[in-house]
Amino acid sequence: MHTSTLSELAKKLRAKEFSVTELTQGLLGRIAAAQPKLNAFITVTAESALSQAKAADGLFATGSAGPLTGLPLAHKDIFCTQGVKTSCGSKMLDNFVSPYDATVVEKLSAAGMVMLGKTNMDEFAMGSSNETSYYGPVRNPWDSSLVPGGSSGGSAAAVAARLAPIATATDTGGSIRQPASLCGVTGIKPTYGRVSRYGMIAFASSLDQGGLIAQSAEDAAMVLGAMSGFDPRDSTSVDTPVPNYVETLNAPLTGLRIGLIKEFFEKGLDANVEKLIRDALKVYEKLGAKLIEVKLPALPLSVPTYYVVAPAECSSNLARFDGVRYGYRAQDPKDLMDLYKRSRGEGFGAEVKRRIMTGTYVLSAGYYDAYYLKAQRVRQLINQDFKRAFESVDVLIGPTAPDVAFAIGAKASDPIQMYLNDIYTIGANLAGVPALSIPCGFVRDLPVGLQIAGPHFAEARLLNVAHAYQKETDWHRRIPAAFAQEKLS
Amino acid sequence: MSDSSSKTGWETVIGLEIHAQLSTASKIFSGSPTAYGAPPNSQANLVDLAYPGVLPVLNTEAVRMAVKFGLAVDATIAARSVFARKNYFYPDLPKGYQISQYELPVVGPGHMDIVLDDGTKKRVGITRAHLEEDAGKSLHEGLPKQSGIDLNRAGTPLIEIVSEPDMRSAKEAVAYLKKVHTLVRYLEICDGNMQEGSFRCDANVSVRKVGAEKFGTRAEIKNINSFRFVEKAINYEVARQIDVIEGGGKVVQETRLYDPDKGETRSMRSKEEANDYRYFPDPDLLPVEIDAAYIAKVKTSLPELPDQKAARFASQFGLSEYDAGVLTSSKELAAYYEQVAKLLAGGPNQSNRQPSKEQAKLVANWVAGSLAAALNEHNLEIGESRIDAARLAGLLGRIADNTISGKIAKDVFEAMWADGKDADAIIESKGLKQITDSGAIEKAIDEVMARNPGQLADYRSGKDKLFGFFVGQVMKATGGKANPAQLNDLLKQKLAG
Repeated sequence: MHTSTLSELAKKLRAKEFSVTELTQGLLGRIAAAQPKLNAFITVTAESALSQAKAADGLFATGSAGPLTGLPLAHKDIFCTQGVKTSCGSKMLDNFVSPYDATVVEKLSAAGMVMLGKTNMDEFAMGSSNETSYYGPVRNPWDSSLVPGGSSGGSAAAVAARLAPIATATDTGGSIRQPASLCGVTGIKPTYGRVSRYGMIAFASSLDQGGLIAQSAEDAAMVLGAMSGFDPRDSTSVDTPVPNYVETLNAPLTGLRIGLIKEFFEKGLDANVEKLIRDALKVYEKLGAKLIEVKLPALPLSVPTYYVVAPAECSSNLARFDGVRYGYRAQDPKDLMDLYKRSRGEGFGAEVKRRIMTGTYVLSAGYYDAYYLKAQRVRQLINQDFKRAFESVDVLIGPTAPDVAFAIGAKASDPIQMYLNDIYTIGANLAGVPALSIPCGFVRDLPVGLQIAGPHFAEARLLNVAHAYQKETDWHRRIPAAFAQEKLS
Repeated sequence: MSDSSSKTGWETVIGLEIHAQLSTASKIFSGSPTAYGAPPNSQANLVDLAYPGVLPVLNTEAVRMAVKFGLAVDATIAARSVFARKNYFYPDLPKGYQISQYELPVVGPGHMDIVLDDGTKKRVGITRAHLEEDAGKSLHEGLPKQSGIDLNRAGTPLIEIVSEPDMRSAKEAVAYLKKVHTLVRYLEICDGNMQEGSFRCDANVSVRKVGAEKFGTRAEIKNINSFRFVEKAINYEVARQIDVIEGGGKVVQETRLYDPDKGETRSMRSKEEANDYRYFPDPDLLPVEIDAAYIAKVKTSLPELPDQKAARFASQFGLSEYDAGVLTSSKELAAYYEQVAKLLAGGPNQSNRQPSKEQAKLVANWVAGSLAAALNEHNLEIGESRIDAARLAGLLGRIADNTISGKIAKDVFEAMWADGKDADAIIESKGLKQITDSGAIEKAIDEVMARNPGQLADYRSGKDKLFGFFVGQVMKATGGKANPAQLNDLLKQKLAG
């Protein structure tokens, strides 16, 4: 049953091929067996998962199960879960048990989904390799010497290894799409404001967006609707109706205008990756789409822009972790300043500190205009680039990441190289537009992701475009050999 | 220390930053209640405690109140204002930043007129007024080697009202502060309670040589919470700065704290030690958009404002500008005054009848005089007065109809204040009814004249001043109850012989 997609699992549960409890037990077994190999989870909530499963079985028995009842999922450990440790991948919150549920957790739980556990992630979602986690790196299921990408590396690895059929994730600069690409799974970052950020521990508030890592676009479509929508507790969530994403999955692509971002194919893109992208585009042409080259001249500035805006917001967002009310507190502080300095000095890892310092610097008197304000202006230009592009095309298609997964440790000491991994994904965050990544082949036996971006609130169209490709290909059904068997050794 | 602003050759320059807590039921960015005095941390929810993942949601009632204030000071209301984060670490600031407004405040330039001692009007510019959240409180009492944090106040909405450096003495600063205090209470956007910290101010003070164009270096005096302290703190600071400069030194830009016990200000931190607050727009909150229709709606909700009411009192009741100003210094006092005046004019059933100028003046003298003094002495608000409007009108009615004299009325007033009875009951029981029977008054005059032949002779030989002596003697003889006007007339006749 581990090879089934979420939509298949839903049918099988309804057909009583197995119970929710059996499914949950099976997945919990896989999670336990895979944990030493992948380190994909920070917390496994076996007990509550089984009780949720039991309740779901009850609903099936009485015929009152909803479309998502009993379907298992994992939450990225950035989402607050009541009564369950919510660490955000940091020593700072290693002792933090959330007293409340994030809106996303609350909604999916209300829909009857079963939470298997909390997935590993880069510390406070800052990283592109999952190496900054306080809980150790997550390993790529396709090759355990490689990174899974980040920051949602745990969610991507868990879905790729079929430990969970679907997982929540968050994306600030590519944290859903890049690990989805590196792990050969489907990841969607919705429009900024589509999914409530309440209870999602903030990294960079104007860029953070919750989304999903799934086996297929169809699976993502099933769950996205249930987690989306206006939330009065998040002022930046947008009050616009949530469409039924499943209904439009099979719309024809005839006449679809696909934009190719000229700047993305110019340099830095691995030639083998490029070939797979071009192959995927041929599939779309065959389905009736037209390819149009578009220019987004400000887009190459997205990495430096991001690395001003995101650290600026993070430096302020993470100020609340001061050792006073919750979280890590240094032993025997001699005074208030010592409490602050040592709690934060000992509680945060190197990458988090680097970003807090960068952010503090760019917001400082005398530097604010040169960095923060200028970055905001460039962000406007990038916004306009996207807006203009979507006047002539329906979607933008290109690579998700410049290359396949790299070795653990390979870029850990070079933050600039690490940051460049997000070069194709950051633009969508800066512009707030939705984007997803789907597997489109393999280079050196490692998965490659195809990125599809659309205008604001075009999630239905993106899922439709992705689903059309997944009906023509089976890249998304490939499972890493080490995790192909039902019983993991 | 004397009022050093009068020190010759120097000019004082003052600007005030007033923090007024808005009287919303819940906090500015969370649903927690804002009531004062609850057990520590009982009014702080996860948002106030800055738990991971929580987000602020703007209480639009706070915006409405700020707009009310803006309209009342004739200010520009920003079509779009932005909340910004002011970043600094302090235990009573759970998020590590305060949500405030920085570059784009909700209320733009406005002004307020104050009346100076010599009766002239002065316009004080209001630079801006912005919304922000209050911090919590650190508690040190009863916690050896530890500090407690009470976050009940964290997130309480504040409006910070920033003036131009337009005031030239501590007295002007106090007059302005009082005027703003009156206004926010009229608008019912702040309870104005200074002891509880609902209304407090920081003063920016500098001095310069008379005629100098440039302002001197200023010091900011923090968190002054009474009108008296404002005056004292400013006067101390002005004298200090003049001493520094005259002693050949330089005033440094710094933040100073007023110590009411010692009556002095002392340095808190210098400009160099000042925080770099790293303000930037809060990405968790949308800009506040205010359109003309909203402003129009708020405008219709504005009450009669203090200046409007004072002008009406002056014209409608024929009061002096001064009396009108005093009687409208609070909405409750003004209402009390109007009620007494109307009752006196026509009784409770004819409340539409306008009081005569004399009646209006009589009421004004009593409300601003004996009543205000009694309230002040017992530290009571007008709403807590032991003599309500109806009973004061009853007393004044007895003056107007000559039942008692104004002098006797003061005794009746005291008795009313002390035991809560009506004026008539006291007049009756104490036999204070004025003697208006001319026969009785004449009899008393005759007796006094008979007892004081020497004075009578002196008076009649031209010592007019002795008239007062005879008035006093007759009053004494009648227990103060003789009708003063009648007494005057009769005495004149009799003394003339």
